[in-house]
Amino acid sequence: MALKGRAWKFGNDVDTDVIIPARYLNTSNPAELARHCMEDIDKEYAAKVSTGDFLVAGKNFGCGSSREHAPIAIKASGASAVIARSFARIFYRNAFNMGLPIFEVPQAIDEIDAGDVLVLDMRQGMLRNETKGRQYAIAAVPPFMQELVAAGGLLNYMASRRKGT
Amino acid sequence: MTLTEKILARHAGKETVEPGELILARVDLALGNDVTSPIAIQAVRNLGVREVFDRERIALVPDHFTPNKDIASAEQARIMRDFAREYGIVNYFEVGRMGIEHVLLPDEGLVVPGDLVIGADSHTCTYGALCAFSTGVGSTDLAAAMISGEVWLKVPKSIRIVLSGKPRKWVEGKDVILHIIGEIGGDGALYQAMEYAGDGLAALPMAWRFTISNMAIEAGAKNGIFPFDGITKAYADERASRKYTVVEADRDARYAAEMGIDLGALEPQVAFPHMPENTRSLSRVGNVPIDQVVVGSCTNGRIEDLRSACEVLRGRKIHDGVRMIVFPATQEIYLQAMREGLMETFVTAGAAFSTPTCGPCLGGHMGILAKGEKAVATTNRNFVGRMGHPESEVYLSNPAVAAASAVLGRIGGPDEL
Ligand code: SF4
Repeated sequence: MALKGRAWKFGNDVDTDVIIPARYLNTSNPAELARHCMEDIDKEYAAKVSTGDFLVAGKNFGCGSSREHAPIAIKASGASAVIARSFARIFYRNAFNMGLPIFEVPQAIDEIDAGDVLVLDMRQGMLRNETKGRQYAIAAVPPFMQELVAAGGLLNYMASRRKGT
Repeated sequence: MTLTEKILARHAGKETVEPGELILARVDLALGNDVTSPIAIQAVRNLGVREVFDRERIALVPDHFTPNKDIASAEQARIMRDFAREYGIVNYFEVGRMGIEHVLLPDEGLVVPGDLVIGADSHTCTYGALCAFSTGVGSTDLAAAMISGEVWLKVPKSIRIVLSGKPRKWVEGKDVILHIIGEIGGDGALYQAMEYAGDGLAALPMAWRFTISNMAIEAGAKNGIFPFDGITKAYADERASRKYTVVEADRDARYAAEMGIDLGALEPQVAFPHMPENTRSLSRVGNVPIDQVVVGSCTNGRIEDLRSACEVLRGRKIHDGVRMIVFPATQEIYLQAMREGLMETFVTAGAAFSTPTCGPCLGGHMGILAKGEKAVATTNRNFVGRMGHPESEVYLSNPAVAAASAVLGRIGGPDEL
């Protein structure tokens, strides 16, 4: 499956308090969370993001709290994936557990500008920047993580395993 | 094997594990709070699961928005309470009997040396101080663990941090970890374990070790772990609710990197906005006037922290332009502070003294900052908007520096008083 959309560009160390400020954590409603996604660093994002768009960021994306509200907010905002130089570890596992695809493509980040049209092909392991006419290989996702994604997240994976035993 | 590898291997039922290996490990305790567990609870219910893996091995602590901040928080707290009752969760802690999770659980003896603990809260890494493996996960991981008693983990590489010497007066655990984060950066230990060693450990009481492990995540680490020694033993023997296991690193354990720290050379540290890695030694802070001081949190809300702040405050008054708010981390600490007269010292000096809660640490309630305001806090994060308005600022310090700053009206140390 190929994902296609425009890039929203962010810097290094985008933390979970920025992705979804703690003052909104008294709800776990995805649509409500999506309305405030990124608002402390980009007031336009939540209103203007189109379905399928990508968040593109520097190193250590998602650092900070363990709140799954962060990947939930991003997913519910309509973004199809996050591409970054690196991810904070809890965000990394949360995203996989929630079914938000994320990719570490360090070599691509500097060459992506806000608004660039990107195509990401998970199966072929390829990221293409159509605006810039550049193409990058993506590192393979470990087999266990692929199983998680294929099952539709950790809970579905567990549910199928429970049935099996 | 390193300490982390040993504990992980034991819980995965394996002789050995290697960094990078994905394992399915047995958890000794799984933790959730009022922000993260409602999502996990919903997931458990959605799967139609009627029984958790072990009613005694789950801890539910409503500490973030409690005492309930508003109606929405009250509803979240109720989801936890109802679930705890219905599923017979033994370790549910109600307001008035609770505390901030990462101080409460070890103090209650629910985490013991050798354990593998996961929690749907990033500061779950705090328990590494007890020579346990503990790490923060998401709500879905918590749901999975509540059902199966297992978690998937990638075995991290370990960084060895060798401490030597003795810290000077007013240099505390907080300064050690802020210094490390300043050196290696907010992702300096990304996906890795931080393992402490060296003869400097003898100078670190349990409270300081908890502070140091607590902020492992602020260096991006998976966990921060201390070896088991006499200090750990004294604490565990007094508190442990279960039998514990002493784990030691092998002599030929492999570390990805090693760093040394001379504790005697450290000054108190202050982390400037908006990343904990923006540290400066106190003497290089300059003139930073402040509006608020917060002493508390899972980082520095222990009795030792309150004592340290009181040592500075005793006989002094808080600066006219400053609001100081103190949050003991648990009911036990609250009571102890009362018995030792610490509460009186704080209140006489002009501070507000609160019931245990996370409160302003995460900008939840009880001390939110207005636009442009600056706070010194003994908490662990100073991200944009962390304590309130996106244009407010948080400076992180140890409790003694926080108290001195409250008196001075600007960031400064006890020696300036
Ligand atoms: S005190 Fe702060 S850092 Fe600790 S658990 Fe509460 S909100 Fe999180």
